[in-house]
Amino acid sequence: MIDKRAISWRFIKVWNRNLVTFQRIWKVNFITPLLEPLLFIAAFGLGFVGIVGDIRYGGAEFSYTAFIAPALIATAVMNNAFFETTFASFVRMFYQKTFDGMLATPLSIEEIIIAEIVWSATKAAVAAGIMLGVLGAFGYVQFPYGLLVIPLAFLGGIAFGAVGLFFTGIIPTIEMFNLPIFLFVTPMFLFSGTFFPVSNLPVWAKPFALAFPLYHLVELARLLCLGRHETVPLLSVIYLLVFSALFTFLALVFMRRRLIK
Amino acid sequence: MPHIIEVQHLFKRFNDLTAVDGISFTVASGEFFGLLGPNGAGKTTTIRMLYGFSPPTRGIIRVLEMDISRDWRKIKAKIGVCQQDNTLDPDLTVEQNLLVFAGYFSIPMRQARTRANELLEFFALSNRRRAKVMDLSGGMIRRLILARSLINRPELLILDEPTTGLDPQSRHQVWDRLEKLKASGLSVVLTTHYMEEATRLCDRLVIVDHGKILVEGSPADLILRHAGRNVIEIGGPDQALRDYLKANQVVHDDLGQRVILFSPGGNELSDAVRDNFCHEQCTFRNGTLEDVFLRLTGRELRE
Ligand SMILES: Nc1ncnc2c1ncn2[C@@H]1O[C@H](COP(=O)(O)OP(=O)(O)O)[C@@H](O)[C@H]1O
Ligand SMILES: [Mg+2]
Repeated sequence: MIDKRAISWRFIKVWNRNLVTFQRIWKVNFITPLLEPLLFIAAFGLGFVGIVGDIRYGGAEFSYTAFIAPALIATAVMNNAFFETTFASFVRMFYQKTFDGMLATPLSIEEIIIAEIVWSATKAAVAAGIMLGVLGAFGYVQFPYGLLVIPLAFLGGIAFGAVGLFFTGIIPTIEMFNLPIFLFVTPMFLFSGTFFPVSNLPVWAKPFALAFPLYHLVELARLLCLGRHETVPLLSVIYLLVFSALFTFLALVFMRRRLIK
Repeated sequence: MPHIIEVQHLFKRFNDLTAVDGISFTVASGEFFGLLGPNGAGKTTTIRMLYGFSPPTRGIIRVLEMDISRDWRKIKAKIGVCQQDNTLDPDLTVEQNLLVFAGYFSIPMRQARTRANELLEFFALSNRRRAKVMDLSGGMIRRLILARSLINRPELLILDEPTTGLDPQSRHQVWDRLEKLKASGLSVVLTTHYMEEATRLCDRLVIVDHGKILVEGSPADLILRHAGRNVIEIGGPDQALRDYLKANQVVHDDLGQRVILFSPGGNELSDAVRDNFCHEQCTFRNGTLEDVFLRLTGRELRE
């Protein structure tokens, strides 16, 4: 189904194209991950602190802000990667015909797709790195293990970038991205142990959280930032790897079907 | 002489629509070859199969003596394509468009810069190198697309309607550049529905309609065969003219308000028409490719 000869290191050229456009507006690209954690810390650290006490997680007590800090990074990874390969890739594919232009060169459609996913993961890792610096300055990250959040963000970026590009391969119009966002991204954002431990959920609801890739990303981010976890970390890594592989494959199949007529 | 393109019994179906219906042609090295036809004739579909963008339903395509279905990467490295749609990168500047595109061909940066400079110069875009694509005029955009398609020094250039929508000045500027490229020995495949463009540039052409090739030949050859050297257009024809044409078996198109006579060889007919039938207005002119095109593909509106 997928021609192996069509996949080569050349995908890096397409990745480079996205890097060039990213650099053109790098200031804008850096502001969000710089300011977002500050906003959350202000809101939860100042506004919530009297209402929500310390949180029990993985057998230890954490301030609420310390508890959500790793989840903020994980959520940013999801948003950066998912929005890059949905809205941004769709604009490149459909409105700007960027991929059509590339297909008149020695590049293959497979290389373009892989580059889009890898790029979205790169962007997610950059955002995670900036956020790590900000949150680390407030003492919410344990170093040096916390630095591993950057490669973790890259893995999470591949997972969410791939699933995003799969949606781009099947969605008829750009407005319809609201559907996967409402059905997939928002529930995940709320119920992946981001704002409260999944151990607080009723028993019947837990399997849903466990099925969410964001849950596993949050868990691993907490392990690296706080040194605590509720799941088996190795299983979370395996989950993210399998999820990435599956949706990269589906993105390859459906994007090819969409673009090659 | 080696064939730079060889197409045999090529078909392309989209569900129940046959867009390309069994066409065959060859293009010789150094030739400027035209693919003419009304909208929806299947030109773009054919072109897309030529450069490996879309897989044929059936048929054989050899480009630069290689099979496109197998050696697509090698072929694509040696050809330049100017697509019908504007596929320039609006996120990048004029110069970045060329440099990033050079990257897709793995051209080293230094070399890419040299070539980009040459091409910007050649297409009179040097002073706009830092402009955003969105700030360019239609003519400049076309020239930049052309420049981009030459960044890999292709052996074959494929142009899909390179001058559609341009004003006469821009169009002539593009023709001028294409003639220079032709003189340098580049092989070119061009689709167009501007007959003047095809007459001026093409060594040889085919006219396609409904996915089939109707005729093939050089512009001059096709004009002689299907329109004739001389053409007379007669406004406000009367019954006497129609009877005369019928009696003398003169090849003509009757458009109601106008009658067009083709291949009216000799002065006899011209004189007869001039003396007897020119009540409103008569035009005596040379046959053109447009006559050939309209005769073969009909005068009904397309799409
Ligand atoms: N991707 C596609 N899916 C379905 N039909 C198509 C597709 N591309 C082209 N067609 C149809 O094939 C025919 C030929 O189109 P095209 O090759 O673009 O014509 P031309 O370039 O000569 O104007 C048209 O009827 C067009 O609607
Ligand atoms: Mg076309």
